[in-house]
Amino acid sequence: MALVVASLLLLAGPSCAHADGSEADFKAAYAAAEAAEKEAGTLRNQWTTTESTLASAKKAAAGGNFEQAVALSKEAEALAKASIFQATSEKDAWKALEIR
Amino acid sequence: MSVRFISCLSALVLAAVCAAASWAYAAETPDPVADAGAFRDYFTRKFPKVVLEDFVNGPYSMNEDMHRQWEEKEQFPPYEFALEAGKEMFSKPFKNGKSYADCFANGGIGVRQTYPMFDAADGKVITLELALNRCREANGEAPYSYVKDEMAALTAYMAFTSRGKPFDIRIPDDPRALDAYQEGKRYFYTRRGQLNFSCATCHVQSPGERIRAEILAPALGILNAMPIYRSEWSGMGTTSRRFTSCNSQIRGVPLEPQSDEYRNLEYYLSYVSNGLPISGPGARP
Repeated sequence: MALVVASLLLLAGPSCAHADGSEADFKAAYAAAEAAEKEAGTLRNQWTTTESTLASAKKAAAGGNFEQAVALSKEAEALAKASIFQATSEKDAWKALEIR
Repeated sequence: MSVRFISCLSALVLAAVCAAASWAYAAETPDPVADAGAFRDYFTRKFPKVVLEDFVNGPYSMNEDMHRQWEEKEQFPPYEFALEAGKEMFSKPFKNGKSYADCFANGGIGVRQTYPMFDAADGKVITLELALNRCREANGEAPYSYVKDEMAALTAYMAFTSRGKPFDIRIPDDPRALDAYQEGKRYFYTRRGQLNFSCATCHVQSPGERIRAEILAPALGILNAMPIYRSEWSGMGTTSRRFTSCNSQIRGVPLEPQSDEYRNLEYYLSYVSNGLPISGPGARP
């Protein structure tokens, strides 16, 4: 029984990975990344690397490589979130550098 | 417990709260004069051998070899072509017959050290670059790019006519001016970009150190030499170009030239260099 379940899981594995690389997955991942980058923009703290990773994600999707496009979108979202964290924490942290 | 005791205790608590609040307010209220003094002290203590006026020469003030390079460079300065072009552009009338001289105090000659200034009508900081473009637009001319040659040439000429004059940036008695100064200071010390650098990371914590092949300039007097010819750019660059390229280098998306943030930053950085002579146009590696 366990062997049957394991086999079913093995078979399901690639199809799950495939599900992570569909056009719909890309659109969702890209929209999330774009929303985070927009928030970084309102904080006036976007990173060039987020922008270039978003562009690469779009390029990969245009070439039909949705798996890579999803991975790049997720990377861009992580970068955008890091820039948001930076902007938020620097609201007070900058004072530590001030010459007094 | 008597009513008298309770009211005395309440008064004491209230006094303590007020004192704490006023201390916090004093700690938060910007004090540009104290800031400028502390700024100057920091750099003069860090570089006791550098003559105060020499800080305006940026990396060339940092050691004797660099200073010799600067002296040699000044024999045939690479910004000379921009200076000539700027002089010609400045004296050429607009299509309506007016000229830049009509837009500035003293006909625009020897006034660079007063910019940026706070404009009470606008409630914002006005930089020299912005004032030049506003002058053009008011006279029916298209504005120049803030980072390209024409603006660099014009500001080079205006800086040249102010050489040796000490920076004289004023903060009028207007809370908006003090806010602009404080916002500029905040921008200067705020870390940004994927490299997590602030302006101060390079120009306060590490002047005189190398970053790759370049020697970092001290923040004190850093704008006195603007605009500059940079070998790295193979051309002239304005203050706007300097700010935007700094942001890109730390992997931050630059703001639009002459955004409020950059204008305030220029206001702060110029104010803390008050008293140091204008040396622009300059040349940098």
